Amino acid sequence: MELRVKALETILTEKGYIDPAALDVIIETYEHRVGPRNGARVVAKAWSDPDYLTRLRQDATAAIAELGFSGRQGEHMRIVENRPDMHNLVVCTLCSCYPWSVLGLPPVWYKSAPYRAKAVIDPRGVLADFGLKLPADQTIRVWDSTAELRYLVIPQRPAGSDDLSEEALAALVTRDAMIGTGLALAPGTTS
Amino acid sequence: MNGPQDLGGQMGHGPVHPELDEPLFHAQWEKKALALTLAMGACGAWTIDTSRHARETLPPAIYLTVGYYEIWLRALERLLVTHELVSEAELVTGRMLQPALPVKRVLKAAATPALLAAGSPCDRPCISPAAFQPGDRVRMLNDHVGTHTRLPRYIRGRVGEVVANNGSFVLPDTNAHGKGESPVWCYSIRFLANELWGAGADQASEVMVDCWEPYMTRALA
Repeated sequence: MELRVKALETILTEKGYIDPAALDVIIETYEHRVGPRNGARVVAKAWSDPDYLTRLRQDATAAIAELGFSGRQGEHMRIVENRPDMHNLVVCTLCSCYPWSVLGLPPVWYKSAPYRAKAVIDPRGVLADFGLKLPADQTIRVWDSTAELRYLVIPQRPAGSDDLSEEALAALVTRDAMIGTGLALAPGTTS
Repeated sequence: MNGPQDLGGQMGHGPVHPELDEPLFHAQWEKKALALTLAMGACGAWTIDTSRHARETLPPAIYLTVGYYEIWLRALERLLVTHELVSEAELVTGRMLQPALPVKRVLKAAATPALLAAGSPCDRPCISPAAFQPGDRVRMLNDHVGTHTRLPRYIRGRVGEVVANNGSFVLPDTNAHGKGESPVWCYSIRFLANELWGAGADQASEVMVDCWEPYMTRALA
């Protein structure tokens, strides 16, 4: 594949369809600038600031843009909030739709057949694959991202985190917690 | 189309395998496959819906066995050939053999951060009023089309409840095939596990699917 991709890049450059320097900017952006720390800041602020949570509920795209996160695969954002009686899980059964602006590029498993096939029919089995077991009476609501809406899960705020700063709270928010395949970390643990 | 991409509810793919300390990319070429796909998309020769259709028309045996960046790369090659921007002979030789065709724009490095930060919103005004309201019960069509659609098989013919009207958006079914954006209302529809999967399903689960208005009719009480 290295040679095949190199050959394609050469042809497209010779034809003037692409600027090779633009490729470097794209790669640099998703390697270093856009990733799940963005989403963790959104969640931490949602936990800390009731007015911000209200704005997230009303217009998540605008509220997330307040923190400087916007753009490709985050044009139409929605938040979904976990509660003791409701756990949310996000999938794209038809391709790989994922909220890039807040989570970066999706992991391999998110785009893989096992996850996409199983999440809708056996969500509890998927969570077990991640070592997560939820109470049997906690409903799991699966969001299949078939359109251009992109979903960010707001996990439940962990117990014992009342005194933490937004920055310390953000450190508890894992990427998987914002997809729904994990929970926020308890204070004192590290991912 | 009933292609290999329509995976919801399939069995036999085994457990999900999360990687520990997964790298963002697993090979150098994956970075380039991502960047080439985005950069060529910016040329304006095709839409995101056309590129999704190019991926789902890959042979199933290929789609289900190669990684996702290879799906992207193979689909990009097909799009370039079908739009006559690159020839098969050029792909084989790795060299330019015929002159370039004009494209709407070429993404330059200086313009790239702004383009990525702006994205490509696809909400559009819809002139007709919404046919459904939250609380309405709707039945998904059971049309098996060979063209692009975002109506997955596992909800076709099934009854769900309209939970929200998300606004009006470009319709992928037409936009993928150069037949216009045709914006229509797009709703969040809630399906109970029993309706989708039968009595053996986990009854404490439900699925929310975003569906465009032409995908559904009012369900009879």
